[in-house]
Amino acid sequence: MLEFNPQLIVFFLFAILTLGGALGVVTNRNLIHGAIYLIISLFGGAGLFVLLSAPFLAAVQVLVYIGAIAILIIFAVMLTRSMTSMRELYNRQWWISAVVAVLLFGLLVLGVIGPVWVADEEASQPVSDLVATTQDLGVALVDGNQYVLPFEIASLLLTAAMIGAIVIAREDD
Amino acid sequence: MEAQCINILETLAPCLVRGGMDPGLAQFLSIAAGVLIVSAIPLVSVIIFIWIERKIAARVQDRLGPNRVGPFGILQNLADAVKLIIKEDITPAGADRLIYNAAPIIAMLSVILIWGVVPFTPVHIGADLDIGVVYVVAIGSVGTLAIMMAGWSSNNKYALLGAFRVVAALVSYEVPMIVALLVPLMLAGTMSMQGIVEAQQGMWFVVAAPIAAVIFYISNLAETGRAPFDLIEAESELVAGYNIEYSGMKFGLFMASEFLHSFTVNLLFAIIFLGGWSGPFVHQLPILGVVYLAIKSLIPYLFTIVLRSTVPRVRIDQMMAFNWKFLVPVSIINVLLVAFVLKIIQELGLSPSPENVHDFAANVPQAVILLATNLLMGLVTLNVLRNAGRRERIADQARALRTAEQRDSAIVPSAS
Amino acid sequence: MTVVNEWAFIGVFMAVAWLLPAAPLVISWIFRPRRPNAIKMATYECGVETVGDTWVQFKVQYYLNGLVFLVFDVELVFLFPWAIAYSQLDFFAFGAGLLFIFLLTDALIYAWKKNALEWQ
Repeated sequence: MLEFNPQLIVFFLFAILTLGGALGVVTNRNLIHGAIYLIISLFGGAGLFVLLSAPFLAAVQVLVYIGAIAILIIFAVMLTRSMTSMRELYNRQWWISAVVAVLLFGLLVLGVIGPVWVADEEASQPVSDLVATTQDLGVALVDGNQYVLPFEIASLLLTAAMIGAIVIAREDD
Repeated sequence: MEAQCINILETLAPCLVRGGMDPGLAQFLSIAAGVLIVSAIPLVSVIIFIWIERKIAARVQDRLGPNRVGPFGILQNLADAVKLIIKEDITPAGADRLIYNAAPIIAMLSVILIWGVVPFTPVHIGADLDIGVVYVVAIGSVGTLAIMMAGWSSNNKYALLGAFRVVAALVSYEVPMIVALLVPLMLAGTMSMQGIVEAQQGMWFVVAAPIAAVIFYISNLAETGRAPFDLIEAESELVAGYNIEYSGMKFGLFMASEFLHSFTVNLLFAIIFLGGWSGPFVHQLPILGVVYLAIKSLIPYLFTIVLRSTVPRVRIDQMMAFNWKFLVPVSIINVLLVAFVLKIIQELGLSPSPENVHDFAANVPQAVILLATNLLMGLVTLNVLRNAGRRERIADQARALRTAEQRDSAIVPSAS
Repeated sequence: MTVVNEWAFIGVFMAVAWLLPAAPLVISWIFRPRRPNAIKMATYECGVETVGDTWVQFKVQYYLNGLVFLVFDVELVFLFPWAIAYSQLDFFAFGAGLLFIFLLTDALIYAWKKNALEWQ
């Protein structure tokens, strides 16, 4: 039987926000409304990060996804004419995306369930013992033995993304 | 044991538990009380901020300002609030009602939520999150979303155009603001607001990082839509900007959130660069911290107001160019320079250790070296800026001369 | 206070704070007059009749600007942990940060040279 637990209630609240928002994104004909639903969904995700003791990720979720990507999506919607009211909910590629979505979902389920059911000593440790501070993250990111290469590659990737976008968006040269 | 129950804010939960209450409920009640107090402060103070701003702006423009309602017109804003409340509210035809009504609430919310992590005194703070600074930046970025929602849902070309322009400018100025914030974070070694203030007990960060402070201040001017970056209300070109269609209390909320935001960023400036609540005797009498904090944030705030009523508005292209071609490069170079010098200072053992960080003398060597670095960089920057300005002026003159010649050569043949 | 408590405060704060701006709207809804008519509700364009659709097509400039911002935003997120751990790091870490920021500046210089930062 479930015990009365404020954290559990909050979890379900954020889960409903996340899933409900996501459902709103895919069922809405108005792309701007879709963007707003996406923001709600992402906000729910930020709440879940807080519950998982990852407040830095929660703040980053709000800063990057709500503050930057959502704005970018709205800019992109306004770039394209007559996209604010779609007449059709489905297009001809719906079955491809369905297959991809189901596969991705399966992968995620495996990823989540796997470590829990495997009798691994390290994985079954309570989360609270593994919690690292943001400072630890900073040390790990630039430590030569840990994540310094991914750190630099991330920068390179972002640079490449920006150059690519400029090349595509500017048709005059 | 009675004595421990005097300071209600800190000891509400233990006192209630002693009175025989369930600990969980007591905890909840103390949180609720804290929330009410923290959220009431900005709402009450915004009335005073608007009065200060109107009064000073009036003086600068050789007017009297509000002077009828109450002593020195201090109650004018209450009267205005009543007027706004009983005004008819017009929702334009074709507006997206839900988004249209939610936008002013979100605009105000994005400002109020910042106050949740403001350290008022050494002990009084809503929530001392260990990611306080990122929280503030993240919540601030939600405000741009409110502007976008307002502009889009109004069903008005000019509102949408205004919103797009403003949002493009606001998000751009977020970049130098965050880059400038990295410097105090490096110095403090923490993102908690309380921790940043604690780290400034010996020396304010504005001494060691003046360039970061100036960049933070300028980008905050832009973030809050203050002159010279007040394109947000370019009435001459966009009717009024994103909030044209709003009337009554909804318009009032946008205005109030703008004024409150303007003060709030100066409050953050005081916390991050001017030592927040720190001052003499603050540890003996914590409530003094509020006074120090208020004074420290009022100084940059008053400067903002005077600036607003004296400088002209820049064009959107100038505003963007200033950001991407000046503020962002300068802030990035500043961070790298400070990081380099700071590492050398730390290697030489001149930086204050965690034990004597509260001691003024221990902070002097590091602060002096960083200050000298900053001044040197400032001089170079100003020189580069001057040369760029000179080149631009010469190019302008040459262009003017060319057009004049073309005009003359066009006129002369037809006359002969 | 524990970490959970700090976030409980923020949670309650978010749940309560939106009521404060909503309250004047509700009060206003009770007291304000309601006499709408077609002219009053028309889109305001300084008295000129509205022509065409509101949701017009926007220039690519806005999108490009937003994209440059997004790239910087994501990069800066990586630099936050770097900055607060800075006093524990060595010169190698400074070099790593330098390279990271250098790559970022590269993108800025490219955008500058390609006039993507020009607002036309």
